[in-house]
Amino acid sequence: MLLKEILRILEGDARQTPKQIAAMSGATADEVTRLIRQAEEDGTIIKYRTLIDWEKVGDEHVWALIEVKVTPQRTVGFDAIAERIYRFDEARTVYLVSGAYELAVLVSARNMREVADFVTQKLAAIEGVAGTTSHFLLKRYKEDGVILAGGAGESRQAVVL
Amino acid sequence: MSPARNTTSVHRISQRTQALQPSGIRKFFDLLSSIDGVISLGVGEPDYATPWRLREVAIKSLEQGKTMYTSNLGTPELRQAIAGYLDKAYGLNYDPATEVLITVGVSEAMDLAMRAVIDPGDEVIMPAPCYVAYPAVVALSGGMPVVVPTTAEHDFEIEPSDIGNKITRNTRAVFIGYPANPTGAVMPRHKLLGIAQLAERYNLLVVSDEIYARLSYGDSHTCFASLPGMREHTLLLGGFSKAYAMTGWRVGYAAGPREIIAAMTKIHQYTTMCAPTMSQVAALEAIKAGEDSVLEMVSDYNRRRLLMVNGLREIGLDCFEPKGAFYAFPCISSTGMTSEEFAEKLLQEERVAVVPGTAFGECGEGYVRCCYATSVPDLEEALIRMKRFVAKCRK
Ligand SMILES: Cc1ncc(COP(=O)(O)O)c(C=O)c1O
Repeated sequence: MLLKEILRILEGDARQTPKQIAAMSGATADEVTRLIRQAEEDGTIIKYRTLIDWEKVGDEHVWALIEVKVTPQRTVGFDAIAERIYRFDEARTVYLVSGAYELAVLVSARNMREVADFVTQKLAAIEGVAGTTSHFLLKRYKEDGVILAGGAGESRQAVVL
Repeated sequence: MSPARNTTSVHRISQRTQALQPSGIRKFFDLLSSIDGVISLGVGEPDYATPWRLREVAIKSLEQGKTMYTSNLGTPELRQAIAGYLDKAYGLNYDPATEVLITVGVSEAMDLAMRAVIDPGDEVIMPAPCYVAYPAVVALSGGMPVVVPTTAEHDFEIEPSDIGNKITRNTRAVFIGYPANPTGAVMPRHKLLGIAQLAERYNLLVVSDEIYARLSYGDSHTCFASLPGMREHTLLLGGFSKAYAMTGWRVGYAAGPREIIAAMTKIHQYTTMCAPTMSQVAALEAIKAGEDSVLEMVSDYNRRRLLMVNGLREIGLDCFEPKGAFYAFPCISSTGMTSEEFAEKLLQEERVAVVPGTAFGECGEGYVRCCYATSVPDLEEALIRMKRFVAKCRK
């Protein structure tokens, strides 16, 4: 299906132009442009983002994965508690998960102090939050399918018959 | 051809080896390594590393000390898995105990096949341009390669009638390889049926190198051995190098009539013993669990294939649409240059490496092979450079 093919190409590199995508999918640039616009309008394409290695430019942000234990109240379910959390800018990613805790929250802040403040003063204070466990991120190896560190360079011979 | 005797050296090289054509691109290699910033479309292998899960099982097998020889034929598990795959994919039944041989790549399988069936003077008919090893392995076994030229007008398909015209009392086999290196051509079923008729009528063996079978972008691949009556006439060569990005592992296989497999095994046990053990482990995992990786790589190659062919046509080069493998084979004769001149100047002036078509036989003149198993940004940059180059040449 052409739309899926276009989406896969864009997911790998959002800067591909309709002309380039057309060349790779055997469609016309107009067709590609139309399908992309449609996908943008109906929310299939949510946003175009850039994967950045902030450490390269000396970014000092700290990240923490917070396990949040939740006791749903009669009046407040998981979704409502999650919403109270994800409305904070510090909460960059929020998932409902199965297992020993309910909500996985990825938090970013300028320093450890700010993360601690966020967890103790904001997160823990939310009604229905029964406990938190914080894990500070030490190193990023792979982000959304992309390996960030290590990896060997090309080792192919330049000409092989 | 009678090669000149080398009288000044004490090392006498056999006539058979002297008569082998040296690869036509030796000087090209040297030139290439002296230039920086080259984008190479001259490769003949995937740009992926082997999928991790295949590497991981091989590493584990080494940790467990699986470092000994296997059976000459290859591990029973891998032979069984290959037989199972050929049954599932093409409805072919091969006995894993006697009709499947694991080899050191298709390369070794080709060599064994020719040594097993060719007597001096036997003729082997093959398309041209073709993979460089076909005529070489025939000649090394004392046979005579008989070349049937194929053309872009006929989509580089070998015409059964052209094969028929070349059949003599000495014809022993037909050697085909589709999807093809260097053209990317595939063979439509009806033409394969034409070859099958000839094989039947003249009792010929068809050696079918189907190493690129999984890299087919249009109709699904037709396995020659699966054609009516052809199982007994076919030696099927298959591999892992291309589909699973496993070129460095050196593992492939031959499947065919038991007498031929037995004869090949006899040579193989003296010259090779067995294919690398850890590679056989990885190959087994490839068949068992590599399918998703194959599909992902194939759809990625397909994008780059379309990009490459479109790009070459936009430059104004005639380019037949390759339906398999990972090569485009554009015609460059409109630039007024020979293939070698084109490749050499393109490398010197724009730092893009392609392989002159003549490396694959005389009738590759007028063409160059461009491998698109390279990153999209590199392909795009290579196309920009080629465009500039062609425009300059046409002025
Ligand atoms: C058509 C063809 N056959 C066989 C081979 C050799 O394959 P292997 O790595 O299995 O020896 C190649 C490698 O380039 C090829 O292009």
